[in-house]
Amino acid sequence: MHREEEQVLRFSRLNRGLHILMIISFISLSLTGMSLKFSYTSWAVALSHFFGGFEAAGSIHRFAASIMVIVFITHIVDLTRLKRKEIGSWKKLLFGKDSMLFNRKDLEDFIGSMKWFLGRGERPEYGRWTYWEKFDYFAVFWGVFVIGSTGFTLWFPEFFTRFLPGWFLNVATIIHSDEALLATGFIFTVHFFNTHLRPEKFPMDIVVFTGRMPLEEFKIDRPQEYKELVEKGELENYLVEGYPPIVTRTIKIFGWTALSIGFFIVIWIIYAMIFSYR
Amino acid sequence: MVKKNLSKKLNDKQILRRGTALLLFILFVVVPTKTFGQENSDCFGCHDDKSLTGTKNGKTISVYVSEKNFTKFVHGTVPCIGCHVDLKDAEFPHNEDLKPAKCGGCHKSEQELHAKSLHGKAIARGDNLAPTCKTCHGGHEILPVKDPKSSVYPMKIPFLCGRCHQEGTKVQTQRTIHQDHIVENFSESIHGEGLLKKGLVVAPNCASCHTSHSILPHTDPASSIARKNIAATCTKCHVMIEAVHRKIIKGELWEKKSHVLPACIDCHQPHKIRKVFYELGMANKDCMSCHQVESLKSSKDGRSLYVDIMDYDQSVHNKTACSQCHSEVNASHIRPCETITKKVDCASCHANVGDEYKQSTHGILSAKNDPNAPVCSECHGTHKILSKKNPESRIFPTNIPSLCATCHREGEQAAVRYKGKEHGIIESYTESIHGKGLMKSGLTVTATCTGCHTAHRELPHTNPSSSINPKNVAATCGSCHHGIQEKFEKSIHSSKISNAKNLPSCNDCHSAHKIKRADSEGFKLHIMDQCGRCHEEIAKTYFDTYHGKVSQLGYTKTAKCYDCHGAHDILAISNPESHLSRKNVLKTCQKCHEGATRKFAGYFTHATHHDPQKYPILFWTFWGMTGLLVGTFVLAGIHTLLWLPRSLKWKRELEQKMKDKEKLINENKEPENKEDGTDA
Repeated sequence: MHREEEQVLRFSRLNRGLHILMIISFISLSLTGMSLKFSYTSWAVALSHFFGGFEAAGSIHRFAASIMVIVFITHIVDLTRLKRKEIGSWKKLLFGKDSMLFNRKDLEDFIGSMKWFLGRGERPEYGRWTYWEKFDYFAVFWGVFVIGSTGFTLWFPEFFTRFLPGWFLNVATIIHSDEALLATGFIFTVHFFNTHLRPEKFPMDIVVFTGRMPLEEFKIDRPQEYKELVEKGELENYLVEGYPPIVTRTIKIFGWTALSIGFFIVIWIIYAMIFSYR
Repeated sequence: MVKKNLSKKLNDKQILRRGTALLLFILFVVVPTKTFGQENSDCFGCHDDKSLTGTKNGKTISVYVSEKNFTKFVHGTVPCIGCHVDLKDAEFPHNEDLKPAKCGGCHKSEQELHAKSLHGKAIARGDNLAPTCKTCHGGHEILPVKDPKSSVYPMKIPFLCGRCHQEGTKVQTQRTIHQDHIVENFSESIHGEGLLKKGLVVAPNCASCHTSHSILPHTDPASSIARKNIAATCTKCHVMIEAVHRKIIKGELWEKKSHVLPACIDCHQPHKIRKVFYELGMANKDCMSCHQVESLKSSKDGRSLYVDIMDYDQSVHNKTACSQCHSEVNASHIRPCETITKKVDCASCHANVGDEYKQSTHGILSAKNDPNAPVCSECHGTHKILSKKNPESRIFPTNIPSLCATCHREGEQAAVRYKGKEHGIIESYTESIHGKGLMKSGLTVTATCTGCHTAHRELPHTNPSSSINPKNVAATCGSCHHGIQEKFEKSIHSSKISNAKNLPSCNDCHSAHKIKRADSEGFKLHIMDQCGRCHEEIAKTYFDTYHGKVSQLGYTKTAKCYDCHGAHDILAISNPESHLSRKNVLKTCQKCHEGATRKFAGYFTHATHHDPQKYPILFWTFWGMTGLLVGTFVLAGIHTLLWLPRSLKWKRELEQKMKDKEKLINENKEPENKEDGTDA
């Protein structure tokens, strides 16, 4: 019997696991947090009750936040491991070809994309990471720092007001809440479109869960990376077999769930902002 | 010889002195004797003989009069012919069959009164049972009235009158006397007891009310016991009776309109007067003789006039006679009730209640003859009025809501007239803490309709004297919740402290009819909206904070208005006694946040990021964040929107490529497949 087409491995097992944990914690944080932020809406009230009351929702929120921080720390630790075992130096890690930091290629890709969008050029030959993926990646850094720090202050207000003025809690509330709105709004619209909903990926791209992408798709989506791998003769190292259908089906169910919740949150937020803002 | 000797010895002066003495002797001793001609001694010459007899109306009688005794009595110095006027200048031996002695020669007014009296007229008719002067006062041996031995001494009068007016006497059996057992009844009455048992000579005897000589039937307008004179008769002794009876008979009506008021005897029956009201006026029996008939109907409007005596017997008025309420009855009519023109006025006894009722909306409408206005009987009933302590009573606490509901339930006559905002009053009340307390827990001390609106003086809240006027609500609620009232009246919301207009009273926060337990979730959440009705801005800003947001989700655990500001003892924050004054604020925060520091208390519990003057930091933080958010979305949005059409095109191109490729593969595959087939 003809086996599944060849696939290219793109994400390590750890990174896939971290992303799943990230999704779960992010959605939990969104749902519980938004229920408080938009407490004047009926859906927020229903949601709060669904979680078993504001106290239970608060506990879930704090627990999920802890998970996210752990995910974040794990990733940082993993980066040091990566540097130590595979790349060798911080310089290579940060400024190498496959670095997550923005580089010249990203600028070229961005300008190329703009030209392509406006019909003045071909689709750029995207590489290992695209500029929008790098933006999402650093958005998480920013978000974890901003939302995490303010959230921590609000978690222990009595402690922090030993040395911070009382009004800082008000400031922290605004920053925490608005930054969270930005994060949720961005992830559930822009990130969803960029990754899953854009027509060639529609309805979803499960590469982040499987860690692998069909070779044919890879050739088209990441022509630059493919070319480099072929030139170096390393492509064979990344070719793997696809997962059996039961696994992909499970992954798709999870993906659909996450996507749906995200859409609902967006709809609820829009509803709250338009119809019952105060 | 004596004269000779004297004239020789006396000089002129002596002659003059003796002449004067002689003249005086003639004047005072000789002249009167000569004027009357017949001296008493002449009469006693014969009548002092015990064996002397005469005839009167053909009967032989003793005509003995003891001269010795006669002179001891009150008429002892009066000449016989002063009374026995027909013997004046009579020849001896005078005629027998004398006329009765004439008392009127001296006692003219008494004689005249007697002649006009019942007794006097009977004598004139020739009634041989009728008493003359002598019947009561005696003949020759009349004692002064003040002499205890006198037959008309106050204590003796009941016996004197009773000689004729008691059971079995000819007068009682042969003449029309409306009262029975007069002497027995009198002797058991408070008057009789005072007179006969306690020896109070000032206690009234028969003559005190009936008069001594002018005794007339009660139907005679001149009679002291005529209906309109009774009050005057009784008030001879019972002065200022209005003061005692002010609840029964209002002030001067007692005198001016005695015909419409019950007379003394309607309640205090004649001859039986006791300290207490009499169980049943005789009138009740008279009334019931007609009104016990079930088919009895009014000839005017056909309504039933039947009175169930069982109802009356159970009622609190079972010691009150029919005529005390139906006061226009006139006992001198065959149908005493035919003089009734007005409905029963309960206020004639319940004067205070009546005054209150007249001031109430019910009373005002009633005065305008509004058919919807409730009168006493609509709430209290008529003949079967029970005590409010009787669970069967219509005004027993647990029955009051349904009683008021008969008119005030939605759609009923009172609710239809009502133009205010309170609706579903009865239903709301039943679900309220008061309603549940009353109806479910059976607490009869719980506030019922009348607890707040008063029983008789209910007025709309707009009326300054209404119990539910905003100014008075605190006192009304305070009649039960006194401790709360005390706190409230020291708070900024009390008009005693604050001059502000539209201050809230209890009902503004607790509602009027939907009052819930203050520790119920629903109330705790609702109360924030209540504060927000006046403190609009500050309530909004509260809902922007964590406390407010959690409350909005329907949880009560975070701080609500009253947790920080206090409930009834709320004060201006500037007041050092306020829960939020610099002195107290930390303690207030620490109620929930145990580890709170003074800096912690600097948290803006009513923060808003919309006020750049008051909260510049929050304002700029908010707009900074909003700028970041909007900027990010705008850029990302543009990126996405530009990408979408291009991506669609790209997808179509890819699909076309795939199709072309597949075609190519299929063309190449055909021979391969054949080979495969041969292998197989």
